[in-house]
Amino acid sequence: MATASSPSAEVGLLKSLAQRQSVLIGLAVLAIIALAAVLAPWIAPFEPNKLAIVSRLKPPGGVHFFGTDEYGRDIFSRTIYAGRVSLTVGISVALLSSIVGVFFGLLAGFFRKLDTPISRIVDAMMAFPDILLAIALVAALGGSVLNVIIALSIVYTPRVARVARASTLVIRELTYVEAARALGTSTWRILIIHVLRNILSPLIVQATFTFAYAMLAEAGLSFLGVGVDPSTPTWGTMINEGQKYVTTAGWMILFPGIAITLCVLALQIVGDGLRDALDPNLSKEL
Amino acid sequence: MAAYIAKRFVGMIVVMFIVLTTVFIIVRLAPGDPAALMLGPDATPSDIASLRTQMGLDQPIAVQYVSFLAEMASGDLGRSIFFNQPVTQVIVERTEPTALLTLFSIIIAVAIALPVGVLSAYTRGTLFDQGALSTAMLAASVPSFWLGLMFQQYLATGAGWFPVSGFGSPDAGFLQRLHYLVLPSIVLGLVNSALIIRFSRAAMLDVLSDDYVRTARAKGMSEWRVVVKHAFKNALIPIVTVVGLTFALLISGAIVTERVFNLPGLGSLVVGAVLRRDYPVIQGVLIVIAGLYVLINFLIDMLYLAIDPRVKY
Repeated sequence: MATASSPSAEVGLLKSLAQRQSVLIGLAVLAIIALAAVLAPWIAPFEPNKLAIVSRLKPPGGVHFFGTDEYGRDIFSRTIYAGRVSLTVGISVALLSSIVGVFFGLLAGFFRKLDTPISRIVDAMMAFPDILLAIALVAALGGSVLNVIIALSIVYTPRVARVARASTLVIRELTYVEAARALGTSTWRILIIHVLRNILSPLIVQATFTFAYAMLAEAGLSFLGVGVDPSTPTWGTMINEGQKYVTTAGWMILFPGIAITLCVLALQIVGDGLRDALDPNLSKEL
Repeated sequence: MAAYIAKRFVGMIVVMFIVLTTVFIIVRLAPGDPAALMLGPDATPSDIASLRTQMGLDQPIAVQYVSFLAEMASGDLGRSIFFNQPVTQVIVERTEPTALLTLFSIIIAVAIALPVGVLSAYTRGTLFDQGALSTAMLAASVPSFWLGLMFQQYLATGAGWFPVSGFGSPDAGFLQRLHYLVLPSIVLGLVNSALIIRFSRAAMLDVLSDDYVRTARAKGMSEWRVVVKHAFKNALIPIVTVVGLTFALLISGAIVTERVFNLPGLGSLVVGAVLRRDYPVIQGVLIVIAGLYVLINFLIDMLYLAIDPRVKY
């Protein structure tokens, strides 16, 4: 677990990751999707919201690679633009929930007095199914990209806190933490330099999975019509709009669905690869 | 053992108290006056004032909190503004499709995942194992609502094997209504089998390398008996845990899947309540589902005592 802290170990980790073909494919897929989202204004052949009633519900073809929707908007361009919102939500939720979750996880794992109250709150928050809690929070906060990010970060923070707490409990008992204490190192220095650095591996893996789950949850919320503004193209809102035409224009839901699945699959493959590389004991099992 | 059960029970009550407090905070996070929001733009100030009194919103927040806890403790979940019925009754009326969907999905998920997971561990490293793991990962990556729409398009509308949506007429027989649940249950079962496949494979791998399994083989016991009687029985604890955890995932999946198949369950109820700002219903569904999750996890802990003689508290 201490491997993440030394530069040579980091080189070893990169080598180990590079040797896994599936991880490389996952990273390549993610890079293509992310690049397409970033470069959307330059590579999308049409404006994502440009209406063209004359070419409504056109099947996939030479001009419109993924076909058009009921307003004649180009599905290919919308799928690329939608990636921007979906990826932004995923990354932001992974970062926010990691920062807050690690803070509470470290406190719970390191200070015995704080363990029970924080752990009970985490247990209670995890009793809510993720989509249900997110729906209630978005209902209270209002539907916008920012509020979806806040709601999903609240949903996934307890999951990160649980992982951080479990890892901290192990590290807290190790000899070098005891030695640092004996040397008079301050508690915060021990927490950040000795504990946090050595629990990074499971946290990075957890963040990758949170990224994937947050994207799925955002799509679910948007599909239900309780997520981001329905006029904003996200993969979820596109599927929501397309469900009315599922029998006549199946391409309206086919491509955004493939985009979510590919992205989440790539993230899970990378997360698995990272876990295997960082913790070989786990790789034997899962 | 009695002390352990008592301790777990007290823990469950504490968690439920935090769940209630969280729900209380979430519902009051909403900006603006809930009474005005619920009644809409045409409400008169006297209507709003009367609803505020009815909901206790004119009281200080601490008083509201205490009376909220007291009502919840007595099993009173409040009154739905939209349905003008007690929330408990609204929830009970919508529980059947969700409960059946969740039950059938978990049966399908376990029926797929257990044999695949066990066989995958037994044939570790083979093409079957790699195929099973890849399929499980794919299943965990597909949004359930999208898979539902695709199945609906090809298996219901196209092939005509299943009803497209709905839950049949209220006068229809139980079996006829079950027919409406087959496709949604397959969708949810498939998506949720992924986690159980991975965990049952991991649990089996763990026990297959244990000494008692080697001893059983050395005694000349048949492979079937070794795997099923010795290994699988001991791999059950982590598998039971993950099946319990899957419950929360299934409820999340059920909420969106109900929308796809137009099932009148708790998922449709809560989404409708959000769109209509019927806060007592949102609050009630959150409490009931979180409460069920806490209870199921408590029962699973109790189940450990029954299935593993080594677990003694």
